[in-house]
Amino acid sequence: MAESRLSVKVIPTLRKDLLLASLKRGERLDGRGMQEYRSVKLQCNVVGKAEGSALVQLGNTKVIAGLKTVLTNPFPDAPDQGVLIVNAELTPLASPLFEPGPPREEDIELARIVDRGIRSAPAIDFGKLSIIPGSKVWGLFIDIYPLDYDGNLVDAAGMAAMAALLSGKVPKTAVEDNRVVVLEEKENLPVLTKVAFVTIAKVGEFLLVDPSLEEEMLADARITFSFTERGEICAIQKMGAGSFSIEEILEAQELAEKASKQVFQVLSQIA
Amino acid sequence: MSRKVQAVKLLDEQGRRVDGRLPDELRPLKIEVGKLKNADGSAYVELGNNKVIAAVYGPREVIPRHEALPDKALLRCRYSMLPFSVVERKSPQPTRREIEISKVVREALAPAVFLEEYPRTAIDVYVHVIEADGGTRTASIIAAATALADAGIAMRDLVAAVAIGKIGDVLVVDINGLEDQYGDGDMPIAMMPQLGEITLLQADGVFKPEEVRHALEMAFKHIRYIHSVQVRALKEAYARAEEGEIVG
Repeated sequence: MAESRLSVKVIPTLRKDLLLASLKRGERLDGRGMQEYRSVKLQCNVVGKAEGSALVQLGNTKVIAGLKTVLTNPFPDAPDQGVLIVNAELTPLASPLFEPGPPREEDIELARIVDRGIRSAPAIDFGKLSIIPGSKVWGLFIDIYPLDYDGNLVDAAGMAAMAALLSGKVPKTAVEDNRVVVLEEKENLPVLTKVAFVTIAKVGEFLLVDPSLEEEMLADARITFSFTERGEICAIQKMGAGSFSIEEILEAQELAEKASKQVFQVLSQIA
Repeated sequence: MSRKVQAVKLLDEQGRRVDGRLPDELRPLKIEVGKLKNADGSAYVELGNNKVIAAVYGPREVIPRHEALPDKALLRCRYSMLPFSVVERKSPQPTRREIEISKVVREALAPAVFLEEYPRTAIDVYVHVIEADGGTRTASIIAAATALADAGIAMRDLVAAVAIGKIGDVLVVDINGLEDQYGDGDMPIAMMPQLGEITLLQADGVFKPEEVRHALEMAFKHIRYIHSVQVRALKEAYARAEEGEIVG
């Protein structure tokens, strides 16, 4: 396993000159154009026991996300708001680069980027998830698991999380004597807007939409923009040990905004 | 970094903020260099009510050894909010928030450090937030970059940082705790001030596309000022050293 991990890391490094030469000709190593998103396959309701779920395939990257709804106490500073918890785990099942053990900073960062995009937009009307203000609200737990890692987990995870919410159903409730009764009938979640996550990698002087694993490993830095359907930006995260000029950030923002339309199109397939 | 229903009036009729500042006004900034004796470099930063101390150890031997990199230094960073730095005691265990901030602070500093000058070594950056009032990650970056320079580590540039917030439709610089809690957006930005390169950019809240440009330009102006304070603090420390006083 150590050997395969090494090869996954070393080969891209050796290919950096090749990638740069190819980018100068306007081509990526997998034949895509600079602004070309990989093909996306989306399947919803792949887990019967989950209240919502989705399997996203972005090129060869595969991510599954599940939504569980749990009756819970609200946070004291938001007594009439539902709760959102996003968790992500990069397990060794998905890549020789991932190791077993407690969550690392990459796992936590991934979950927090998705969480911030959904929360900031806000994608969900959290007020409508309140049942007894101050004591009982719905908690939405989104758990994200990559199954096959070939770059750009953020976009795939964001899409899977958003698709799980869009396809998700929460039981109706009634309140009797200040007690919550969970009914058989289910309803859609109160979605206010879809959120699209788009990541741009910077390799040398080039900005690449939806980086593959190889491109990600050779990139100086990456940046993810999250968009609402109104075209507003609801989260940003720069990642990696390199830097961007102001102009590069603004150019990346434009590229991301264009690509977000494709992501919204995929998400709009969900009934 | 979460949005709540606005319960506090953050901008008055005169366009003044809760602490009396104008939208484009930074909180008072104080930087002291070389306060710690054991660390190879250190810096203490006060930004309004924020109090942050950063210590740098290294370049030094990597422990555990197998983590050493053959071609460059291993930059490690740990951001901790001390339990008494906030209203409700914070458990000393690192939270998910602190783990993420440690990563983004490290990646904000990394572009400025000539890591390839120090192969097979570790450069460790420890930041303690002694008191928090909004903008601790940016104050931490200011302190950590200054401490790296104080440690004599070869750098392309310093790194300075500030958060741009949003109150209604107004962009404001350097948001405090209240503005972070009740405002409509928070965009922390770190830059190498002389190279004009962005090394950290995060955002939550909702921004119109053109607001990102305005925020970056607004931040750059203040980052250049913060840089001048960092440089002055470093020069003062070296002047003290020349007079024979030992600096940390």
